Amino acid sequence: MATTQTSLEQCTIPVSGMTCAACSARIQRTLERREGVSAANVNLMTGSATVSYDPAAVSPEALVDAIRATGYGAELPRPGDSPESLLGAQDAARAEEIAELRHKLLVSLGAAAVAMVFSLPLMESLGHGRDPLMLLMAPFSALVHRVAPGVYDLSPRVLRLILLLLTLPVVGWAGRHFYTRAWTAFRHHSADMNTLIAVGTGAAFVYSLFATAADRWLASRGIEPHVYYESVLWIIALVLLGNLLEARAKGRTSGAIRRLIGLRPATARVLRDGAEAEIPLAALRMSDEVVIRPGETVPADGVVLEGGSWVDESMLTGEPVPVRKDVGDRVAGATLNRNGAFHFRVDRLGGDSTLSRIIRLVQQAQGARAPIQRLADRISAVFVPVVLSIAIATFVLWVDFGPDPAFLNALVAAVTVLIIACPCAMGLAVPTAVMVSTGRSAELGILIRGGEALERSERLQTVVFDKTGTLTEGRPVVQQIVTQGTSSAELLRLAASVERLSGHPLGEALVMEAERQGLTLDAVSGLEVRTGRGVLGAVSGRRVAVGNRAFLEELGVDPSALSGDAEKLAAEGHTPLFVALDARLAGLVTVADPIKPESAEAVARLRRMRLETVLLSGDISATAEAVGRTVGVDRVVADVLPEAKLAEIRRLQEQGRTVAMVGDGLNDAPALAQADVGVAMGTGTDVAMEAGAVTLMRGDPRGVPEAILLARSTMRVIRQNLFWAFIYNVIGIPVAAGVLYPAFGIRLTPTMAAAAMAISSVTVVSNSLRLRRLGGRAVAHSERTAHV
Amino acid sequence: MTSLQIVVTLVGIAAIVWVNWYFFLTTQRPVAAAASGTGPQLVRIVVEGGYSPSVVTVEAGRPVRLEFERRESSGCTEEVVVPDFGIRTFLPAHQITPVQFTPVKPGTYEFTCGMGMVRGRLIASPRPGAPS
Repeated sequence: MATTQTSLEQCTIPVSGMTCAACSARIQRTLERREGVSAANVNLMTGSATVSYDPAAVSPEALVDAIRATGYGAELPRPGDSPESLLGAQDAARAEEIAELRHKLLVSLGAAAVAMVFSLPLMESLGHGRDPLMLLMAPFSALVHRVAPGVYDLSPRVLRLILLLLTLPVVGWAGRHFYTRAWTAFRHHSADMNTLIAVGTGAAFVYSLFATAADRWLASRGIEPHVYYESVLWIIALVLLGNLLEARAKGRTSGAIRRLIGLRPATARVLRDGAEAEIPLAALRMSDEVVIRPGETVPADGVVLEGGSWVDESMLTGEPVPVRKDVGDRVAGATLNRNGAFHFRVDRLGGDSTLSRIIRLVQQAQGARAPIQRLADRISAVFVPVVLSIAIATFVLWVDFGPDPAFLNALVAAVTVLIIACPCAMGLAVPTAVMVSTGRSAELGILIRGGEALERSERLQTVVFDKTGTLTEGRPVVQQIVTQGTSSAELLRLAASVERLSGHPLGEALVMEAERQGLTLDAVSGLEVRTGRGVLGAVSGRRVAVGNRAFLEELGVDPSALSGDAEKLAAEGHTPLFVALDARLAGLVTVADPIKPESAEAVARLRRMRLETVLLSGDISATAEAVGRTVGVDRVVADVLPEAKLAEIRRLQEQGRTVAMVGDGLNDAPALAQADVGVAMGTGTDVAMEAGAVTLMRGDPRGVPEAILLARSTMRVIRQNLFWAFIYNVIGIPVAAGVLYPAFGIRLTPTMAAAAMAISSVTVVSNSLRLRRLGGRAVAHSERTAHV
Repeated sequence: MTSLQIVVTLVGIAAIVWVNWYFFLTTQRPVAAAASGTGPQLVRIVVEGGYSPSVVTVEAGRPVRLEFERRESSGCTEEVVVPDFGIRTFLPAHQITPVQFTPVKPGTYEFTCGMGMVRGRLIASPRPGAPS
């Protein structure tokens, strides 16, 4: 979190070695005396010091030193570790909540079960023989008759008092939080799920209390003093069960983030003053030289200094095959070294590291509001007061038009309405799905920037690929050598020798190929570079010219003997370079940017998904057309200047199409921003992550169809959730109110309502959790089904 | 219709009117953020069954620091979301958790609980003297 210069920063420093309050007080005094420290709080229990300080006057390092000077151990907090510690706190809070809910649930369930036994005689005496619930209870009733016939000998008065005694601890302890939370919400003019439970069970309980106290008075007026203690107990027990299951499921929605955070190793082995030392990760500094042995996790981002190995980057990029790392290559923190050993220099730490950026992006994605949620939001905002109104109306209608005992029926119907209404399902529908899916995608190396990106990805009609580095490898390679007289190795050696200093990417391809073949390049003299045409120089006593056709003609060399070959290869997407030796045509070297092996499959999959595919390229049309043909895109747009890419995207959008642009995120950032969905594709862990709505951590274009399929699956789950949450309330509330009673005699009991409500919110979260299994084979499967 | 039914009907209608008035029509008084020199505009928001204050006014274009003081352990308010700034933060119970962002453009921004049930508004007004 950025703070301005004048504001204070806060940090928490783990302190070790404290044994008593005197220790913590001493550290606290020491810290408070430091210049720039405005407040310090040392906690003996947690073993930490929380310090508010002015970053301009004092650094966290100085604070750590100050603590160490008092004789206690202190470590600098890991930079940017707040997400972890917050997540840890969240886990702890959730564990505590779950434990508490479990206790309360057990007590309520126990009380409810016992209450059932004592309610039986009361219910049977009412003679609701036709009530379907009573039929269900018949075997239970027979059992009670046999095992505890004494229950039936108790007077209704005593039974009611026993039930009251069972209910009191549940209402006063296990369900107490419903009432206190409803009250605090009420004071703020707001209402939530607790309001509904509190009013519903409260009304049933208060009436039952009245019936228990004034049973003779009611009986004297011909009213059966019916009590609903058992319903209150079951409602509280079932809602607690629902809350418990929901809390557990919600904890799992952030599992992916937790796994990402857990990737960091605890320690790093650094080389300091020529000796290896194992230090806590928090003590790692920029420019430290870190030693990595086989099987170890890379602790931070950096560049390999010596050695080399294969490194498993799958946890960050989703790439299953280990990547070769040699001197000069970048390694990313959290990746796993396989068999080799190497040293690397740390150049990115804490918040700047690849892993931290991924975590940050995923967390931001999970915080962003999806547009599809707007309707759910609007409904949740008015939901509870509207349900309260419906419950009151239900009560009035039953009193006015319902059968006798009208007042009791009205009370039951109103309570049922309050209990069945479930605002939680609606509130959970979208966020849980977005959380699970963005977390899961990150594990697959696909970063999706939240709900809006998911929605747009689902609606895509056209996918535009930038060519270089996206569908192709992004570095030209020598494809073919055609010679006249000279050997191809000699031709390459001479051509590469002049090209070595030209600095042209095509020339680099020649040099690389020569090195690959183990050729020794000679010094060049009299080098002449003619931009856009070719190079000229003397090598090993021969005059060597390498360039395009026009360049050779300019030098008075006739290239026509190889023109046919050149044209044929150019049509295949190669760039031909003519080579002349001593002013005579000697051969032809063609260079091309090889197409990635996965490109054709990626395009084919997109086409199967009924998406239009376009290749956008700055190359001349022959090269672009050839690549387009090979990978199978629908359309090729060539000769596009980098600035014109944006215009091309805009043109497609003006035709009413929803467009994704896939690029490297560096050269085509404006086009990515213009597209409805910008897809930034990296090669390895070095990627312009923040450039696109979607980031593919892997340079594999098959990530594009995978990301779109993930988006489609997520949106499908979101729609199912919303549909379920809406339909549940839209059907459940009227049925609870009794709309089916006049025609069919169907009514719900408050206990049934409580069960339905508990199920509904758990269903939504569980449905979202299905998205955890997305990806890999699941994606391939849904593609097939989407195709059918 | 008996007199009891008439009374119940009238009381019921009155109750419905009152519920809707109480939850929808009573407005909360906005609280202006405290600005100190060049630092962020600071507001302490108590989280207890709701946000109080639930309407906060700030100046656009300057950092805003909302300090959420969560005085309860109810699961409902355990997270605060500021959708327009991509913020979703866990609020540890009985602690103060700061959330900082800068509303660049004037306008009304919402902050809600994780499920969107408990909500508050942040009204960013144009800076005095700033071009509109």
